[in-house]
Amino acid sequence: MMEILTVAHLTLHEIKGRKVALAALILGVAFLLVYGAGFYFVYQDVFVNSPGSALRRAQQSAGLSFLVMAGLYAVNFLMVMMAVLMPVDTLAGDIRSGVIQTLVTKPVRRASIVLGKWLGFWVVLALYLAMMAGGILLIVRVIAGFEVQNAPAGLALMLLEGTLLMTLSILGGTRLSTLANGVMVFGLYGLAFIGGWLEQAGVLLDNATTRNIGVIASLIMPSEALWQLASYVMQPALLRDMPATPFSVASVPSTAMLAWALVYTLGALLLALRQFSKRDL
Amino acid sequence: MNLVIESAGLRKVFGAKVAVDDLTLTVGQGEVFGFLGPNGAGKTTSMKMLLGLVAPTAGAGRVLGAPLGDVQARAKMGFLPEHFRFQDWLTGREFLRFHGRLYGLGGGALTGRIEQLLERVDLLDAADRSLRGYSKGMLQRIGLAQALLNRPALVFLDEPTSGLDPLGRLLVRDIIIELREQGASVFLNSHLLSEVEVTCDRVAFVKRGCVVREMALAEQAGDIAVELKLGNVDAALLGGLAQFGRDVRQMNGLVRLTVSTEAALPDMARWLVAQGVSIYRLAADHKSLEALFLEVMGEDERPG
Repeated sequence: MMEILTVAHLTLHEIKGRKVALAALILGVAFLLVYGAGFYFVYQDVFVNSPGSALRRAQQSAGLSFLVMAGLYAVNFLMVMMAVLMPVDTLAGDIRSGVIQTLVTKPVRRASIVLGKWLGFWVVLALYLAMMAGGILLIVRVIAGFEVQNAPAGLALMLLEGTLLMTLSILGGTRLSTLANGVMVFGLYGLAFIGGWLEQAGVLLDNATTRNIGVIASLIMPSEALWQLASYVMQPALLRDMPATPFSVASVPSTAMLAWALVYTLGALLLALRQFSKRDL
Repeated sequence: MNLVIESAGLRKVFGAKVAVDDLTLTVGQGEVFGFLGPNGAGKTTSMKMLLGLVAPTAGAGRVLGAPLGDVQARAKMGFLPEHFRFQDWLTGREFLRFHGRLYGLGGGALTGRIEQLLERVDLLDAADRSLRGYSKGMLQRIGLAQALLNRPALVFLDEPTSGLDPLGRLLVRDIIIELREQGASVFLNSHLLSEVEVTCDRVAFVKRGCVVREMALAEQAGDIAVELKLGNVDAALLGGLAQFGRDVRQMNGLVRLTVSTEAALPDMARWLVAQGVSIYRLAADHKSLEALFLEVMGEDERPG
C-alpha cells in the first residue's frame, strides 16, 4: 500500500512539475470567469429585467437550466480531454525514455506502479471536475439562486466517465506508443459520441436499427452513455423533453449500462495491471 | 563461496532475433564481475533478464537466492541502466528521496544516506537543482547514487562510465572498489577493457549471445606470452617446448608459446641451452585484457 502511495505522490509531483496542474488551473479559472460573466448578463437581461406570466416564468426557468447544462456540457468535454491527455504518455513515455527502468527494479510490484499512477491521475481528475463543475454550480447559485437537481449523482456519473477514459488511456500506454494510444482512446470516444447521437435519433425517429447501432456503440464504449445519464438526472423534466439539444435524452441509458460502465472500467484497470506486469521493459 | 547470481541456459528471443542464446554463469558474493563483449552481443538483455525486466524465453536463474523477477530480493539490489533517463522535473535530492522511498526507506536514515551519497558522487552543490539542468555525467552520477541508496548486496551497472569524463570514471572505479571492500557484489557490463582490468575479479566474454569464456583475472595474470628467437628450429624442438607451455607455434622466424607461471621461463632456457640451441631473444609478457578480448572474439567479429 505504501508503495502505491509513493508512486501516486510521484505522479502528483509529475503533474505539478510538468506544469499540467498550472495550465489546467489558469485556463479553468479563465473558463469560469467567462462563463460567469456571460451567465450574469444573460440572467440580468432575460430574467431580472423582463418579469412575466407564470408560463413565461416556466420558460425562463427552462432557459436557465439550458444555460447551466451548456456549461456542464463544456466542462464534461474539458474533463474528457484531461482524462485522456494527462496519462496518455505516462507509461508509454516512461518506457520509451527509460525512466521506467529504475522504477520497476525497485522492490515494488509492477501492478503497484500502475495503481499508483492511476490513483495520482484520478485525484487530479476529481479535483479538476470539482473545480470546474463546482464552479458552474456555484456561479448559477450565487447569481440566480439556481439549484441544479441531483448534482452529486450527476457529478459522480461524469467522474465515472472521466475515470473510464483515464483508465483506457493508462491501459493503452502499456502496449502502444503515446501517439497510437491517444488516437485509440479518442477514436473510441468518437465512436461512443456518434453512437449516443444515433441512439437518440433512433428513438426520436422510431427507427429501431439506428437505435440498436447506437446501443452497440455504447456497449463498445460506454463513455457517452454516462454523460447522457448525468445530463438526464441533472435536468428538470421540462428541459428533458425538448428534443435534440446536446443534452436531450430521448433514450435514457439503463442501470444495466451503468453497471456495464463500472465493469468496463474495472476490467480495463485489471487488464492494464496484467499487461504491464507481463511485458518486457 | 555463496553465489549471488547463478543462471543456467538463459535465452531470450525477440521475434526472429536471438538476443541471448545461452547465458550460463555464476557470480560469487563479494565478487566484481565484468561482463564483456562488443555492442549488440546481448550484454544489456542478459542483465535485464537477471533483473527481471525481461522474461527469459528459456532457462532459469537465481539472484540473491531468489528466482528471477522476485520483488523482495530487489530490496538488496541496485541498478544503473545504460540509457539513464530520470524524472527530470525533480531536483537531485527529491529524486533520491523518491527512489529511497521506493526501496522502502524513509525518515532520518534516508535523509542521512542521501546526504552521504550526494557527497560521495560530488553533487552536493547541485542537489537542489532540477535534473533537467544536469549534464550527462551528472545524471550518471546521480543515477549511481540512486543504485546505492539501499546499501545493496548486489549492484548491476550497465556501462556506468559511458557519459563520464576521466575524473568521473575514476570516481566510479573507486566506488566499485569500496563496494567490494564492503562485501557487496558488482555485475558490470562494459566494453572499456582498461577499466575492467583494474576493477574486476572475474570476467566473462560474451559473443553473439553466448558466454564464450569465463575466467578469473588473477588466473589471467599468470598467463604469460613468450616470444623466442632461436637458431635452427625444427619440429622436434617445437615438440620439446610443448612441455613448458601451450599454443607453441612458429611464425616469421619467431617461436611463440603461452606459459602459465614465470617459473617455467628459467627451466625452458636451461633446456634450450642443453639442446644446444642458440637463444637470441627470450621475451615474456603478461597478456593485456585487450589482447585477450581480441583473441576470444576472433577475427570474424566486426565492430558493433
